[in-house]
Amino acid sequence: MRLLEGQKLCWLLILALVPVLMLAIAVGPVSFSLASLFGSDGSQSALILREIRIPRALLSALVGAVLAISGAIMQGLFRNPLADPSLIGVSAGASVGASVAIMFGGYLAGALGGWLSISTLSGLSLISIGAFLGGAGAVILVYRLSTSPYRGTSVPTMLLVGIAIGALAAALNNLMSFMADNEMLRRMSLWQMGNLDLANWNRVWLCLAMLALFLILLRGQSSNLNALLLGESEARHLGVNVQATKRRIIILAALGVGVSTALAGTIAFVGLIVPHMVRLISGPDHRSLLLASGIMGAIMLMLADLLSRLVIAPAELPVGVITAFLGVPFFVYLLRQTASAR
Amino acid sequence: MHANNHPVLQIDSVGVDIEGVALLDQVSMSVEPGEVIALVGPNGAGKSTLVRAISGEQKLSRGKIAFHGLPMADWSLKDLAVHMAFMSQQSVLEFPFTAREVVALGRIPHSTGQLIDSQVVEQVLAYLDVGHLADRVYPSLSGGERQRVQLARVLAQVWTPAEHSRLLVLDEPTSNFDLAHQLLVVKLLREIASQGISILVVMHDLNLAMSCADRIALLCCGQLQAIGRPESVLTRNNIQQSFGVEAGFIQDSVTGQKQLAFKTADAVKT
Repeated sequence: MRLLEGQKLCWLLILALVPVLMLAIAVGPVSFSLASLFGSDGSQSALILREIRIPRALLSALVGAVLAISGAIMQGLFRNPLADPSLIGVSAGASVGASVAIMFGGYLAGALGGWLSISTLSGLSLISIGAFLGGAGAVILVYRLSTSPYRGTSVPTMLLVGIAIGALAAALNNLMSFMADNEMLRRMSLWQMGNLDLANWNRVWLCLAMLALFLILLRGQSSNLNALLLGESEARHLGVNVQATKRRIIILAALGVGVSTALAGTIAFVGLIVPHMVRLISGPDHRSLLLASGIMGAIMLMLADLLSRLVIAPAELPVGVITAFLGVPFFVYLLRQTASAR
Repeated sequence: MHANNHPVLQIDSVGVDIEGVALLDQVSMSVEPGEVIALVGPNGAGKSTLVRAISGEQKLSRGKIAFHGLPMADWSLKDLAVHMAFMSQQSVLEFPFTAREVVALGRIPHSTGQLIDSQVVEQVLAYLDVGHLADRVYPSLSGGERQRVQLARVLAQVWTPAEHSRLLVLDEPTSNFDLAHQLLVVKLLREIASQGISILVVMHDLNLAMSCADRIALLCCGQLQAIGRPESVLTRNNIQQSFGVEAGFIQDSVTGQKQLAFKTADAVKT
């Protein structure tokens, strides 16, 4: 039934990670031989490598890993393999935040002059900050509305509230698109398609910090998530502190999606498809699922970004378009495969 | 945590009110080591509420429940899980775990190491006659097969001896079983109990309850009507009062076992 054991899959993926990273760094409008990746000579090409290619490859890997892990833990929490981080309103909230930043950025910049210089120093645009605040705000709202002191957090209510908040955010976005001028409109829709071309080292460090937070705070949560798949009372009977686990998973998933959306826009399907693929190969055990999803997410997004740079070179497609175009047919294929295997 | 002379489970004047309706009222009973108690009663009698109250999921409005002399709230979830396992009526697992992996989930509270855990899993799989399903994916199993796998899971949870004696709480564990497996489970429950594990089992089939329980607790309208040896609880009078059904004992001429027989015409009454 299982194609590979979880541990073997992790090792295979780690082996694949290195050549893909090399490829992502080497290929682009200016191509580098693999040999020149190692001996740089301080010329212009070394500058391109150091300031553009390497941070971009690393950022796409990190964003892919964070998105895939966020998706995996969210699906475990909701006990639904098709749950997506966008269900709890993170992506919708983030795009409202980004649109607000794009539309009112001028005013905001004036009002927050000091702040802005700090944020540009740290390599983040006002749009990223807006996106993060929007995403975080949506999650806090959804979490508050679906938590009662008597029953704790109700997961089905959370899904419904998430859909409602998502619809509200879409309406706000439409309203702003309606009022925006052409230039703003273009920037908004481009942002919503996801883009990695703003990669720089500060963004890489920020995303790396997020991944490190995942690795630290998700240690020991794998068996809790496994138990949760049986149902909340079953998990409780297995000694799991269900409310604390739920809170931790929601906060981490929201942070993960919030940070990656702030850094790279909304990138669809990575959080949905990657954990699903891993489950099809090596089963739903979170002890290997989380790690394998992280590595596979990194590989997938690096490859998708590579494609986005090559398809209409020297121009670039938004990477979110690529992930959707490649992801959806593959997803449907996998679903049909498993349906016929049953 | 020295609690040797206390019963395994002590339920003391427990009451549960939800929106002004008393689902449980003045329920008191205790469970001794190695004892099988069957909890019977009509629909809505409060059987599942009592199970949820024991597990701590349902807050008590009155009374208290203690496990080995210590109030439930004073136990850590982890400690409790090593001593006590619950099987609920239905479970919602949609993820493609294999049956073996589901049973292995029962070992989560333990830190006995992978080797012992996998030995326990194999033993329990064989014990409950689900070894041949071990590599099948859980969502593809039939209702009865799933229930057997879940029973194997909770059994794996209390399979190894712990500091105090262990308790198994089963809410209608055999509702989807075929006849042969129902009888198998009755036999296994007796065997498990003989190793000192107490079992509190909710059952609908009174004859099945009679054949496996040391004592029967009859619950009706949230109150404990009777508790004691099967033949003293399942009297014509008690069954008439609780279920509204005429019943009497008959003796099977082949096996010599006493069985309850019911007058079918009365079943129309509600």
